[in-house]
Amino acid sequence: MLKRRNVLAGIAATALAGGALLAGASLAQAQDTIKVGVLHSLSGTMAISETTLKDTMLFLIEEQNKKGGVLGKKLEAVVVDPASNWPLFAEKARELITQHKVSAVFGCWTSVSRKSVLPVFKELNNILFYPVQYEGEESERNVFYTGAAPNQQAIPAVDYLMSKEGGDVKRWVLAGTDYVYPRTTNRILEAYLLAKGVAKEDIMINYTPFGHSDWQTIVSDIVKFGSGGKKTAVVSTINGDANVPFYKELANKGVKATDIPVVAFSVGEEELAGLDTKDLVGHLSAWNYFQSVKNPANDEFIKKWQAYTKNPKRVTNDPMEAHVIGFAMWVKAVEKAGTFDVDKVIDALPGIEAPNLTGGISKMLPNHHITKPVLIGEIRADGQYDVVWQTKDLVPGDAWTDYLEGSKDLEADWVGKKCGNFNTKTGKCGS
Amino acid sequence: MHRFTRIALLIAALAGGWLTGPATARAAPEDLAAGLALMAKDSFNDTAAGIDAIARSGAPHAAALIEALQDRRLLIGGSNQKIYYRDAAGSVRDAATNEVVAAPPADLSAARMNNRVRTAASAAMGALSLMNPDPARRIQAAQAVMKSRDETALPVLDAAIAAEKDATVRTELQLAWAAVTFVKKDATEAQRLEAIALLRNSGTRDALSILRTLPADTAGPAREAATSAISSIEQRLQLWGYVQNIWYGVSLGSVLLIAAIGLAITFGVMGVINMAHGEMVMLGAYSTFIVQEFFRGYAPGLFDYSLAIAIPLAFLVAGGVGVAIERGVIRHLYGRPLETLLATWGISLILQQAVRTTFGPTNREVGTPQFMSGAMEIGGLVITWNRLYIVIFAALIFVGLLLALRYTPLGLHMRAVTQNRRMASSMGIRTGRVDALTFGLGSGIAGLAGVALSQIDNVSPNLGQSYIIDSFLVVVFGGVGNLWGTLVGALSIGMANKLLEPYAGAVLGKIILLVAIIFFIQKRPRGLFALKGRAVEA
Repeated sequence: MLKRRNVLAGIAATALAGGALLAGASLAQAQDTIKVGVLHSLSGTMAISETTLKDTMLFLIEEQNKKGGVLGKKLEAVVVDPASNWPLFAEKARELITQHKVSAVFGCWTSVSRKSVLPVFKELNNILFYPVQYEGEESERNVFYTGAAPNQQAIPAVDYLMSKEGGDVKRWVLAGTDYVYPRTTNRILEAYLLAKGVAKEDIMINYTPFGHSDWQTIVSDIVKFGSGGKKTAVVSTINGDANVPFYKELANKGVKATDIPVVAFSVGEEELAGLDTKDLVGHLSAWNYFQSVKNPANDEFIKKWQAYTKNPKRVTNDPMEAHVIGFAMWVKAVEKAGTFDVDKVIDALPGIEAPNLTGGISKMLPNHHITKPVLIGEIRADGQYDVVWQTKDLVPGDAWTDYLEGSKDLEADWVGKKCGNFNTKTGKCGS
Repeated sequence: MHRFTRIALLIAALAGGWLTGPATARAAPEDLAAGLALMAKDSFNDTAAGIDAIARSGAPHAAALIEALQDRRLLIGGSNQKIYYRDAAGSVRDAATNEVVAAPPADLSAARMNNRVRTAASAAMGALSLMNPDPARRIQAAQAVMKSRDETALPVLDAAIAAEKDATVRTELQLAWAAVTFVKKDATEAQRLEAIALLRNSGTRDALSILRTLPADTAGPAREAATSAISSIEQRLQLWGYVQNIWYGVSLGSVLLIAAIGLAITFGVMGVINMAHGEMVMLGAYSTFIVQEFFRGYAPGLFDYSLAIAIPLAFLVAGGVGVAIERGVIRHLYGRPLETLLATWGISLILQQAVRTTFGPTNREVGTPQFMSGAMEIGGLVITWNRLYIVIFAALIFVGLLLALRYTPLGLHMRAVTQNRRMASSMGIRTGRVDALTFGLGSGIAGLAGVALSQIDNVSPNLGQSYIIDSFLVVVFGGVGNLWGTLVGALSIGMANKLLEPYAGAVLGKIILLVAIIFFIQKRPRGLFALKGRAVEA
């Protein structure tokens, strides 16, 4: 008994000493490093997508430190795990800003997690870089949206399918997971299609719960809807885990891309990694970046990334590229402002330009969105994409869509008007 | 007369064993050059037009060229953007002359494809391979023509129908003929009526979709016939739709059964609230992944047999982990349901994160063996093979488990221990060992469920999470402690879900179902098949 108590005491002492050492080390570091927060889920449902983004941030910070850091100071990543739990996102954001005193945060994936941290960033005045395509209808002073707004993904994809080259589609299935991003996107798309002269009965809208795994009924509904004598396509805003069973059912039912193409907004190289894509060849995704894009910047990035992860098969994807652009913009803005001070960096960011990985130069706009090219890719048998269409120029992100009542008169401008939802009709800030 | 010459030519070609184009009789060599020039531009619209021109040209190697394009063996490059292709033997040929090029240019790249090009290519290949010696290829060709409804294929189609001896292929060819004739502008009324009759008889969804494209200016008997054909097919498909919904219900029920049946042992028979049940399913799925990785690496030829190894391995892995959990944690917590719940929930988190750290957070690819891919059609019912095999697998597990409980010594001991632990112990049964083995059995069966679910769902650390609630629902609804209850519970929940879904949608359907189950449990707290007698209190 005595022996065990001794052992316990020993462990406690070691732990204390270790803790003191660690604390000392971080105190010493705190003086000459600048902290950058990484707020991505490393456990729970969203870990599947967000873990890669955490790795991306660590990789980018390491690369920047190799170049000597920023303003002569080394960067230090502070990684926290909000565990796919939306209220925990807000708590962890608060922890990053108040305890760790980070200069900027890179994080969030789902729109609901972003909405959950918004009040924290406003209250404590810090910067969030949000790297995922989203439904728009938002522009905040503290948030910089490096993913696509609807006009940089959804609308061009529909345009492509309507064109002769894309198959002259006349009938549409809008299928999505039941939450804010698909619902808003589909509302915008429906308004857009109706404006383009598509009849109401040629649009079918379908929602499924998160993680839906039995797609038999819905796929046969789609096939049924597709036999209406007009070319039909599916626009999929199905998110996360539900995609694999959806595509498996499509493949098994023999729904070929040449019959009923599916264009997805949330499926990329990472999601396809768990699938045999032989029977999915030709189905589409719309993004602002694909790993298969050929240019020196992208080749170099892929090479370094695979070396960093020590996995020659590790894929890259669109939200990763958004972090690459966002991080480069933040570094440039800090250098331009000459300080890490949040207000000065926020003011310096609009107008900053940084190269994207598709060969263009993206620019941060006054509405806190960026310019990006829109690419449509078709799935190949090896799980990568063939880019079959892309916009000639970069498309500026539009925070407030032009196709919805109540949103079309709004405009975001944090430079001139200092307002995220300026109403051009009434001439007042705030709708 | 002219037509007969053509048929004779085509039959001669068939006898000669070469693939011939529809235009043998009106070969136009300049089309080949024009087609290749279009393709050299490497823009999708031009490539599609180029395919048509090449198919028209009647060049002997036209089919080889288009096939090469489909397989991404059509190459563009060289100083003047010339077209080459790599033949089946791997040597590069000049597309214009079909001669082997000894030193091909270094900068060749495959011609780009998109869905439009793919559609044009398969339509052209359809027309070109209607006389193929292989009946399967002829069926494919007929279906391709049916989709493309390309008028220029009509003469060949006529010839092919006249020459066809195989009844199945003939039906397909006639359907293709009907599809083309139906939309053809200058078809006579008699032809159109014949086409409608053929489409009506086939009764398929494809036929329906063609009939719906009826040109607006069609009048008289053709319009009437088409309208009546449409409603006849719609009626037929609606009937099949009901059958289909029932099948979907059975299929979903079998998935629920397979996920819940292990829990019916650990929770139903032993009374342990095992929150880590879903993770046992996940371990089974990852065992399948490991086995398949092994096969991919060392014996890719035997990949189709990988599941035969995965099934026992998944059972052993999940069962072994189950025994370890029971001996290590649960046995100290018997009679304390709240603590058991928390402890097993903790174990489930540990297992999830352990798998996430070992295998990574992203989905792992579990392949489907060839015999489980695709679907079969019975009338208007499409049954996918993977779902069918899962129904069979679930039934086998269920029967096997019933027999094991009824006829094996372990089954006897299990029943004895669960009915009256002290009495069983006095009779010399080592109750601790029986507990461990029972828990192991339940977990092992969850592992088997993992093998099945890996065929239809994601293999990711979250796999188990999505099934744990449904599993508890099934067991509680069916009646705790009763395997038959689990079977009936799973099938009725599956069936109700699938019958509601077409009317209420997936989201609302699920809500209605849950509300219904809540009311049901209020009325009958012990589920469908409640245990009666003294065993209830034990």
